Amino acid sequence: MQSWVPFVPDSASTFSWKVDAVYFYLSGITLFFTLLISVILIFFVLRYRRRSPYEIPRPIAGSHKLETLWSVIPFLIAMTIFGWASKVYFEQYSPPTNAVEIYVVGKQWMWKIQHSTGQREINELHVPVGRKIKLIMTTEDVIHSFFVPAFRMKADVVPGKYTTQWFEATKPGTYHLFCAEYCGMNHSGMIGYVTVMEPREFDNWLSGNTGNTTPAVAGQQLFQTLGCVSCHGANGEGGRGPTLAGLFGREVRLSNGQTLRADELYIRESILNPQAKLVEGFGPIMPTFQGQVSEDQLVQLLAFIKSLQISNPQQSTPMSSPSPSRTQSPAATTQAARNPF
Amino acid sequence: MSHAVTKEVHHHPALQHHFEDMDQQREAGTLGMWVFLVTEIMFFGGMFLAYTLYRSTYPFAFASASNHLDITLGAVNTGVLILSSFTMAMSVYFTQIGKSRPQILCLVITLVLGLTFLGIKAVEYKSKYDDSLFPGRLIPNRPFGPTVAQHGDSDPHKLHLLGNATVKQVELFYWIYFAMTGMHALHMIIGAGLLTFLLYGSIKERYGPEYYSPVEVIGLYWHFVDIVWIFLFPLLYLLGRHFEHG
Amino acid sequence: MIDEAFELPRPSKVNYINAQYGLKSWLLTRDHKRIALLYLGSITFFFFIGGLYAMMIRLELLTPQGDLFHSTTYNKVFTQHGILMVFFFLIPSIPATLGNFLVPMMIGAKDLAFPRINLLSWYIYMLGGLITIYALLAGGVDTGWTFYAPFSTTFSNSYVVAAGLGIFVNGFSSILTGLNFIVTIHTMRAPGMTWFRLPLFIWAQYATSLVMILGTPVIAITVLLLAFERVAHVGIFDPALGGDPILFQHLFWFYSHPAVYIMVLPSMGVVSELIANFSRKNIFGYKFVAFSSLAIAVFGFLVWGHHMFVTSQSVYAGMIFSFLSFAVAIPSAVKVFNWTATLYKSSISYDTPMLYGLGFIGLFTIGGMTGLFLAALAVDVHLTDTYFVVAHFHYIMVGGALMGYLGGLHYWLPKISGRMYPEGWGRFSALVIFVGFNLTFLPQFVAGYMGMPRRYHAYPPEFQVFNVLSSAGASILGFGMLIPAIYFVWSMRYGKHAEANPWHLPGLEWRTQSPPPTENFETTPIVTWEAYEFAPPGETEVIGKFAGELETA
Repeated sequence: MQSWVPFVPDSASTFSWKVDAVYFYLSGITLFFTLLISVILIFFVLRYRRRSPYEIPRPIAGSHKLETLWSVIPFLIAMTIFGWASKVYFEQYSPPTNAVEIYVVGKQWMWKIQHSTGQREINELHVPVGRKIKLIMTTEDVIHSFFVPAFRMKADVVPGKYTTQWFEATKPGTYHLFCAEYCGMNHSGMIGYVTVMEPREFDNWLSGNTGNTTPAVAGQQLFQTLGCVSCHGANGEGGRGPTLAGLFGREVRLSNGQTLRADELYIRESILNPQAKLVEGFGPIMPTFQGQVSEDQLVQLLAFIKSLQISNPQQSTPMSSPSPSRTQSPAATTQAARNPF
Repeated sequence: MSHAVTKEVHHHPALQHHFEDMDQQREAGTLGMWVFLVTEIMFFGGMFLAYTLYRSTYPFAFASASNHLDITLGAVNTGVLILSSFTMAMSVYFTQIGKSRPQILCLVITLVLGLTFLGIKAVEYKSKYDDSLFPGRLIPNRPFGPTVAQHGDSDPHKLHLLGNATVKQVELFYWIYFAMTGMHALHMIIGAGLLTFLLYGSIKERYGPEYYSPVEVIGLYWHFVDIVWIFLFPLLYLLGRHFEHG
Repeated sequence: MIDEAFELPRPSKVNYINAQYGLKSWLLTRDHKRIALLYLGSITFFFFIGGLYAMMIRLELLTPQGDLFHSTTYNKVFTQHGILMVFFFLIPSIPATLGNFLVPMMIGAKDLAFPRINLLSWYIYMLGGLITIYALLAGGVDTGWTFYAPFSTTFSNSYVVAAGLGIFVNGFSSILTGLNFIVTIHTMRAPGMTWFRLPLFIWAQYATSLVMILGTPVIAITVLLLAFERVAHVGIFDPALGGDPILFQHLFWFYSHPAVYIMVLPSMGVVSELIANFSRKNIFGYKFVAFSSLAIAVFGFLVWGHHMFVTSQSVYAGMIFSFLSFAVAIPSAVKVFNWTATLYKSSISYDTPMLYGLGFIGLFTIGGMTGLFLAALAVDVHLTDTYFVVAHFHYIMVGGALMGYLGGLHYWLPKISGRMYPEGWGRFSALVIFVGFNLTFLPQFVAGYMGMPRRYHAYPPEFQVFNVLSSAGASILGFGMLIPAIYFVWSMRYGKHAEANPWHLPGLEWRTQSPPPTENFETTPIVTWEAYEFAPPGETEVIGKFAGELETA
């Protein structure tokens, strides 16, 4: 598991060498200035040591030129670091649109992973080389952080919202997965492995691990049993409730005049607190499902609704018996508060 | 070679030994109070930040909760405090010109007005208690649980929800309300204590044109507490008045 | 020009220590010098408890398995190490001990502006300390010193409210100290002591005090809201109850980043004194060094988001915070260059305080530059929450702040106590501390980049070599720090007697006897010389020429 350079971990993603490059640049600058200051200090301390007990050196007031020089030059150097690191950071936090999505739910003290093809893993993540992978993550309890040193990637998982990170693995192997945000008793035990495989091996692994329904199919089953079909239609075609087919990623107009883009957070919030963002033209009749769905199930519903992009239905299912009408009741809700920045 | 000669100087009895003269002492005291008030701004600032964030996230809930506060009592309290700041300033003025009877009178009125404010606040808090609006389980045997008014019901003790407000969000308003007005009331109580201390000293004729610094400095504190309320009143009480009830 | 308008009185036997005897005269004192000693005792006490916790951490981390303590115990140990070291040692250390003692003396005043408030601040500190000790003894707190929600609000079963209360109370001690310094420096300077004649230690204390009064109230309200949430089950920060956990982080770091400048600025002030006085040369670029302290204080309030780059904060906010974090590094770099330039063509003595000053410059350079790694966004994504961060802040806090503190204690010991420490042991322990410190924390940079997360009780075996080196260094560091503890106490009884100005220096604090009388100066000094003016112009020798020396003729 050690790479041949003992001070740098394995490099297994497209980001690894980019981050390492900035790191080496920073190390070089640090080494340069540390040596510069140390050598000068040692030289001065020896050369100008006190030779007679009462000697007083001639005072030197200062030099505006020097002050400008050693303010401006370090600032310019700092700006090069800033610019370069920001550029790489932008890439790290701009997931590509064609990435394969994998859902991650953290909880004290394990990582639960759901592939969109149905495989479920605990504390392990298998991915193929050369494919862009986007992790959509949340947590059931406290803040954790999904950290893969070999990928040079890390992102916190925050309760009440989804966070994402993406990577493209470049080298087969097994790499550490750590939780990197202190989360209680077994924080140091919330670790595992990311296994990167050649594409063919990965396909073998996939087929050897079937038996679980995909998140989207599990979500469709929930969509029925929870009664969503009665207002939104078996394939999300709409009715008493807004259309869900093609919803994900589309602009939505709300009853208060605002428009927003329907993303994961919007869909999650609308399940847990339907009144928060009422769609224009619809009344506040959807009941809340707070307390009735776990984070895992929310992720499955999300996967199903996202799959409704395609207009032909996956399966045609008969309408379930109409669910009893529910009047709006101010039940306790979870509010996924947006961070203000 | 010169050195400072110790002169026999008549020291004012209130001059602290580490100051050179009364001017330096007064300057230090006043600057000290201003610096302290800056720290108080930062202290309340955190709560104002939380208020701003949650209000922008849940505007309807905040409007609904704000409507449920008693605007008459809040407005009366605002008038009471502004008047008390005036009488406090008058007290400082009378001390500076050496009129001790009006000075004491103004101090007494300020104190009475301050206590009036606290009394009205107590009445408001009692009504919140009756309507089960203390957040969370702050009062263990009376957790947050107001009755929500149904459409058409205009009972003032019931909570009227506007727009997409939920009771849980209204609870957020109420913890902010109690944290901010509670912290403010605590500062008022301390202020009342300081005024009592001033009153005692005034009766003992400690303050006058040569030594009015404590009156001035406590006056500054009192004005600050007033200003905090002037921000709190519109932000907490006047939010949703343009919506109709129910 | 060295002033001759100031006559040093014949040294008398009465000083602030023996002026009055009895416990009551110490516990009810208004003398800033006695209060400084009260603080010195308490701070040293908390430092040693925090140090014991550090020893426990390094012992556990010798082996990859978590075999010494149960994980919950370990979590409490690192939390408590952080709380005690940050709030009860580093933040008060220099301001409450050296600052309290020296600020009035360096500006020519008889005391601070508000002596009773000064005493009150010590009692508040002790109350906060007692509450925190209660929390530790009752069962401890395990949230990390950062108290992140919702773990701290809802999931931790430890004494969060008690610990938070202790920190809340302690904060007021900080606020009152800062307030006192600001008012004193503004209104009580001796005649002739203009702003630009002030020693740079005073500029540093002033800047620190600004941060103390503006930042500390925010942690106070944050901790109060945290306690409120835990007690009343309200949803301020817990999303399950409607709150926002990221709001907690913003409020927490808004104080806790400026807090690190509270910890390091005073130490930089001490270093300015050490470098100038032990090389007998005025600080190169005095005004630049003075203003850089203010710049650090101001900019320090604008960078808190650099602790939150991976927390779901917006990337644009991340970029702004990153840019500002690079900007705040520049004034610190300016100081390092100016200190170095001061030594050019100077007259350097190798006394212990100078060794600590030099150590500060080297170690702070490394600490500061590794901060740049963390300000750089893409690199921080990899490094945040790893041992790299731990190493970075220990380089600043121990390699920086603690070195300055030790240097200052050695430098001013003769003034404070009238006794000298043993110079040989001083130099030896400075060297041991320097070596031990580097061995402890340098390997942690590497472990961090290799991926070792922080706050880990057990770790994969490939990190062991770094941890063993680090623990070995920690034992050397611990041993090195015991030596001054011993000889400081020893020198109280057996140290050489110090005269008024044993180092032959021009500062105002040296123009009165050692230890000083209660009122500091017999008569108010009138200042007509510049800061760090070692001799009249043209003089290359000083033989009793400035007022610090007693005229023998």
